[in-house]
Amino acid sequence: MNLIDRYAQRRFLRASRAAEQRVGLAGGIKWALRYVFPDHWSFLLGEIALYSFIVLVGTGIFLTLYYIPSDSLVIYHGSYPLLQGEQMSEAYRSVLNLSLSVPAGLLFRQVHHWAANVFIASIVLHLVRIFFTGAYRKPRDFNYFIGLTMLMLAILEGFAGYSLADDLLSGMGLAIAYSVAMSIPFVGAQLASLVWGGPFPGNSTFWPRLEIVHVLLIPAALAVLITLHLAMIMRQHHSQFPGPGRRERNVVGTPMWPAYALRSIGLLLAVAGVLFLLGGLVQINPIWQWGPFHPYLSENGAQPDWYIGWLIGALRLMPNWELVIAGRTVIPNPFWGGAAFPLFVFTVMFFWPALERRVTGDIRRHDLLERPRDRPMRTAVGAAFLSWVVIVFAVGSTDRIFYRLGVSYTTQIHVWRAGIWVLPLVVFFVTLSACRSLQRSGSHPLRAWQGNVVRRSADGRLEVLSDSPDRVVPPATEPPVGTVPGREFES
Amino acid sequence: MRWLTRRSRVPPVLRLSLAVILAAASIVGLAAPPSQGQTSPTNPNGGAAHEFNPPTKSPEAPAPGDPTKSFPDSPGLRALGYTLYQGTCASCHGIALQGTPGVAPSLRRVGPGPVDFYLSTGRMPLDQPKSQPLRNPPLFNRAKIYALIAYISAFGGPRAPTADPAKGDLTYGFHQFTLNCAGCHQIVARGGITVNAQVPDLEQANPQEIAEAVRMGPYLMPHFDAKQINQHALDSIVRYVLWTRSPINAGGWGIYNIGPIPEGIVAWFIGLAALVIVARLIGERMDERT
Amino acid sequence: MSPEDQSPVTRGAKFVGVLVALRAAARAVRGRAPGSPPPAPESDVDPSRRTVPANPRMEALVGVLLVAAAAFGFAFTVIYIVASANTQLLGIAMGGALCLLAVACIVAGKFVVPQETHVEERGPLLDEEQTEEVVTMVGEGGEGISRRALLVGAGGVAGVAVLTASAAPLASLGPTLNPLHQTPWARGVRLVDDQGRPFRAGDIHIGTFYTALPEGKDPESFGAGVLVVRLPAEFIQLPAARRDWAPDGILAYSKICPHAGCAISLYRYPTYAPTSQVPAFTCPCHYSTFLPGEGGRLVFGPAGRALPQLPLVVDGEGHLRAAAGFHEDIGPSWWGVHRAQS
Repeated sequence: MNLIDRYAQRRFLRASRAAEQRVGLAGGIKWALRYVFPDHWSFLLGEIALYSFIVLVGTGIFLTLYYIPSDSLVIYHGSYPLLQGEQMSEAYRSVLNLSLSVPAGLLFRQVHHWAANVFIASIVLHLVRIFFTGAYRKPRDFNYFIGLTMLMLAILEGFAGYSLADDLLSGMGLAIAYSVAMSIPFVGAQLASLVWGGPFPGNSTFWPRLEIVHVLLIPAALAVLITLHLAMIMRQHHSQFPGPGRRERNVVGTPMWPAYALRSIGLLLAVAGVLFLLGGLVQINPIWQWGPFHPYLSENGAQPDWYIGWLIGALRLMPNWELVIAGRTVIPNPFWGGAAFPLFVFTVMFFWPALERRVTGDIRRHDLLERPRDRPMRTAVGAAFLSWVVIVFAVGSTDRIFYRLGVSYTTQIHVWRAGIWVLPLVVFFVTLSACRSLQRSGSHPLRAWQGNVVRRSADGRLEVLSDSPDRVVPPATEPPVGTVPGREFES
Repeated sequence: MRWLTRRSRVPPVLRLSLAVILAAASIVGLAAPPSQGQTSPTNPNGGAAHEFNPPTKSPEAPAPGDPTKSFPDSPGLRALGYTLYQGTCASCHGIALQGTPGVAPSLRRVGPGPVDFYLSTGRMPLDQPKSQPLRNPPLFNRAKIYALIAYISAFGGPRAPTADPAKGDLTYGFHQFTLNCAGCHQIVARGGITVNAQVPDLEQANPQEIAEAVRMGPYLMPHFDAKQINQHALDSIVRYVLWTRSPINAGGWGIYNIGPIPEGIVAWFIGLAALVIVARLIGERMDERT
Repeated sequence: MSPEDQSPVTRGAKFVGVLVALRAAARAVRGRAPGSPPPAPESDVDPSRRTVPANPRMEALVGVLLVAAAAFGFAFTVIYIVASANTQLLGIAMGGALCLLAVACIVAGKFVVPQETHVEERGPLLDEEQTEEVVTMVGEGGEGISRRALLVGAGGVAGVAVLTASAAPLASLGPTLNPLHQTPWARGVRLVDDQGRPFRAGDIHIGTFYTALPEGKDPESFGAGVLVVRLPAEFIQLPAARRDWAPDGILAYSKICPHAGCAISLYRYPTYAPTSQVPAFTCPCHYSTFLPGEGGRLVFGPAGRALPQLPLVVDGEGHLRAAAGFHEDIGPSWWGVHRAQS
């Protein structure tokens, strides 16, 4: 250490002492600096979501400063030539001006919108990782519930966000959301009237309500839940994949300071950087091209943002069933696809940990993750369920498929009404057999073979049976003994 | 008409004889252009064309004073048109343009507009009567299309409309397009669907074709008369449609201007994919851990 | 690859160079791996390690990246001042600066600062003793209370009452449901276009559709928009009760889809019906398809009921007027919707 370094360190110490005399946090900071993060790239998916949220808050603050939540009809005289003299809501005009007149306004709006799309996409990918590695098991089931709740809130938040613009596309989306709210049995009409302040398109209080929901209520709820999510992770420590020296009772990884902090800040900057590049170079939701919304207008091929796509798919796939008793509509059609379907999907996900505990009888605490192949049934059920939702999602773009590929719309709908039940079954059995054969071969679907095959003898010692795929592996005993060193906690 | 004589491969002698045949046919009334006094085929209560055909959608006539498109016409052209018609069209539309029940409508009194539209965009001839007419490379060259126009127009019908985008107003065009066209053609004219038919995008449509399509309503499209979409509105719509070929994409790459589907693809397969790759680079892999 | 791969052209060759260096560095680090001993089957190996890279080349790379990031950052400010309308340049500058910083941080985090693998023991989450103590401490708070049940019961009731009271004002957000049954259409209301010009029956042609609004009423109200078409007699098969709803074959329907409330803006009318399809309205959201000639009957799609029809009359001046309001509720259905008996 040279002289300058010594000097700097002394200055730093002096400053730290001054701060410590007032807050007394050195113990906590020391703990945080040594806090260990297990290394695996898939653990960073949640961080991508977190950093997207930070970008969303930052750019969102900029946007709120320009947005006017008002349905008053005004005449446009801004810079966009095609809407000169057009009648529109003040809300739409404010977003037009933000996009086309405010310096860097369009950049921030587009970054915000891309961030929303990437935010929810990364949450979904994170959820997939959590599910297929069994990371939702005790003690992380509470945190899994928090995550699911955040996913629901994020979808709602995104929908509220792009609806604020009051352009033709979002207006059509709001009409559908209104119809789904109306369709809820018994209370739907009251609920929709409560939200919209009257029949669609609502009275003048609707827009301030929607804005407050989008800029305050849901973001605040998300912020609280994110805090809880992270606090619980810190209390429990991360889960980790099995590996040399990794046991249920320890956690092996990179300490926060300095390497992990730098990498994580790097990821934050990369998230922001990618979103700014997208926001600057790829156009998203060009509302000036859609024009203003009026209830009597619509356009062909209208689609919601991707995370609502599964609902439009369900609405399109559903036959025209309504529950009508004695000439009275009890359950209108949009309820099935727009409300019952997402409710069912989230209910299944919420109840999965309890269901699995009941089926397997495994109520122990688990801190080591499982590879998908080692739990073939879970992986197969999960893959089938995921494919079920993904098919419904894909049905949301049947019109574009008809337009581009010429497969008749009605044919597609009729085929998928059956395919939605057949294909997940196929996925289930294919996944199941893939898992089992991977288990037997011990190879990685993408990478070279690694690890040893071990067997635990009666006295608890581990015996290496094979250390390369070339050697014959004797038939495994049931339940299969781990195929990676360090899995001795099994059985 | 010099261009015609230059390009036509039909020898003058043959052409002359065709004209004679045509004249003879006209005399016996087989393919005679109908008199103006007959009722419109859209009238459900009468009309020769309607006796065995359900109502068809006839082209709307341009309002008095509106500009129309003139096509070349001459006995020679009609003669060539007659030959082409009998060879390519008559099997469905009938040797005297009377149509074939259940197969194809009558072409009497459709005028030059639909003929020009269907042939220039390659939508006719169809391989199957029940196929949807879609844009294709035209089967006939310009000269042959003019010949068919000349022949079929001889059976009457409204003059072909035309449109001049230079006289149109972009703002008004956008407004009118939103009201009348966006429901099928998508708001930036990128095309769409109705339940059993594709709706074309308008990126290749030229002003003349748009004007003809608006007034005649090809296939399942409604037709619009001069009261609904007057000449100024038509000029404006055409101007807007031409504008949609390169709309103002202030935000960067327009990703086809069709909204959320490509946006979702970019978000997942460019945005998130790039970030997952970054994560992959940051997060140490298990096989590095030795 | 890192995200900057998306725009290698705009970022310049320099950046590609950085990437190449990064990959080479990654390979170099990975290349060391075979030297280390193979994993022992025992789980008790201690994976802890600490290596100090002391890698001047990487330090230099980080320096270069930081300087480049600074250049992009300055560029953003300059672009903002001189060309703030150019979203693309702004995006490249800001995104570039952030991506360069990201690469600098990641390179520093992986190749410059000490690389450590640390093992931390996980304590148990459940501490039996403490948990018992907490329960006891909470219980002790009620020492000396003789009417525990009364207090707990009364407290619960009070809590519920106050919560209900604080939730009750929510109801003031929503008005009554009566407006759901109302539309601007009533007997005698004239049909006008979006410029307020009345429609004459003679103007309504076969083979096209018109969007009509109620004269003098709010065009933004949900029930305002109406589709008007004229059909030849062949296509009209209205229910007996509606026989006089369509003067001269002119029919009017609500423009709002009874499925999910989108405006119906697709009208197909065949050029030649035998080879295509009968006239129909289609909603562009979920493609519910209705036949105007048959009282708005649904032939395809998810809508649970027919399209509501508006009875028409032609007045003495030849203008179209509503003969009455809608006979059922327009728009999406709900519990209590008035629907036509079928």
